Amino acid sequence: MTAEIITTKALHLWYGAESKNGAVVGGQHALKGIDIGIPARQITALIGPSGCGKSTFLKTLNRMNDLVPGVHIEGNICFDGQDIFDKTIDITWLRKQVGMVFQKANPFPMSIYDNVAYGPRTHGIRSRSELDGIVERALRDAAIWDEVKDRLKKSALGLSGGQQQRLCIARALDNEPEVLLMDEATSALDPISTAKIEDLAVALKEKYTVVMVTHNMQQAARVSDKTAFFLLGELVEFGDTDQLFNMPQDKRTEEYITGRFG
Amino acid sequence: MMREKFQEQLEEMHRQMVVMGSLCQRAIAMAVKTLMEEGDAAEHLEDQVHILDGEIDDMEREIESLCTKLLLKQQPVASDLRRITAALKMVTDLERIGDQAADIVELTRFIQKDDRNELLRKMATDVIYMVSQSVEAFVHLDLDQAREVIAYDDVVDRWFDQIKVEIITCISQDRSEGEALLDVFLVAKYLERIGDHATNLAEWVEYALTGARSKDGLWVDPVGADKDN
Repeated sequence: MTAEIITTKALHLWYGAESKNGAVVGGQHALKGIDIGIPARQITALIGPSGCGKSTFLKTLNRMNDLVPGVHIEGNICFDGQDIFDKTIDITWLRKQVGMVFQKANPFPMSIYDNVAYGPRTHGIRSRSELDGIVERALRDAAIWDEVKDRLKKSALGLSGGQQQRLCIARALDNEPEVLLMDEATSALDPISTAKIEDLAVALKEKYTVVMVTHNMQQAARVSDKTAFFLLGELVEFGDTDQLFNMPQDKRTEEYITGRFG
Repeated sequence: MMREKFQEQLEEMHRQMVVMGSLCQRAIAMAVKTLMEEGDAAEHLEDQVHILDGEIDDMEREIESLCTKLLLKQQPVASDLRRITAALKMVTDLERIGDQAADIVELTRFIQKDDRNELLRKMATDVIYMVSQSVEAFVHLDLDQAREVIAYDDVVDRWFDQIKVEIITCISQDRSEGEALLDVFLVAKYLERIGDHATNLAEWVEYALTGARSKDGLWVDPVGADKDN
């Protein structure tokens, strides 16, 4: 059995809520008691209609939601056996371990090399040869090395959308994270770039755990090992992707994936 | 209702399955009727069965093409995918049923038209019942009906055994009848095979509804069996 790298227990999240006498008042209850175990070195897809909580859930896994004012979280998330809400947890360490790629590629307005070297430099690495090694390994892992190796000093903004997205993946990988979160990372890309990122995700699971939010049902079916279906803040169903797309156990999952929702 | 076009195409697939099923039933009924007819009437029926067999072949291609189109354009999942997969498998069994009805008329011209064929006629009635029920079970998504068909195969097998015993008895009484009765035996065997095809049809209905097939009492999960791919 594959070990679980992230587990959540009774995870609740509210946006814009107030805490009065230990009770949560008002606000929007965006996650309602999520219990899930994300298997290590596999691809887990999160699917569900807009506003179902899947992106909120993804962002909670590396505490990106801490940045949102008025967020109230209850319950438990364990990463590699550690409670990520524990006061002793260094959030920078957590985000190094659990990297993230977003829907829209967001390269820094600097060279390709400097984009990838930015993180390691921030963490104090100054040696040119060490940085060269990290940059090459990250770009190779992100399957973009061959396309950019001759123009590392050129601006990252001159890359195509698909290349920019792979550059962002390289940037997330240069910290050697355990987990890579992808929030609709291919929704703005053409089919060829999408196929490259999908192939990349499959290759990455040799070394990393991938959790991806996607609106593309075929992508979830093609790429992922496990699929989780979210609806109105609840985790309706979680299981092997083959099983979920062939014989979903919950009627709501069936209605959603067959496009008969509502 | 969302995905109206897809829904319409699924209904069209159901309609075509019903048409193909009823062509099969007619082919079996006419094939067996040739056992009661002689001369021109028998010949006319033979021709009709061959025409039906050709129409059944055409229907197979039509339904296959519709299913492929649905897979390509609608990228179905879950129950939709299982239903279309089931239809793709079922048309092969229905096509075989058409072939076997045609095989039967190739033999009946050599069979003496007498009361002894009554058993074949009764057997055919049950076989037709199985075919019609399995297609109906598919269209109405009726699991009980499908399982009834699977169980009903025993009834058809008993007819086959009974006819076999009768043939053995007849031959032991009069060896000169051997050759002609072998044709009766083959007709019974074809009917028995049609019963098996109808059972396959019902098993695919079972798969469409449950995601698994019960074969020889063992559940076979087509997806689970192939999980690594």
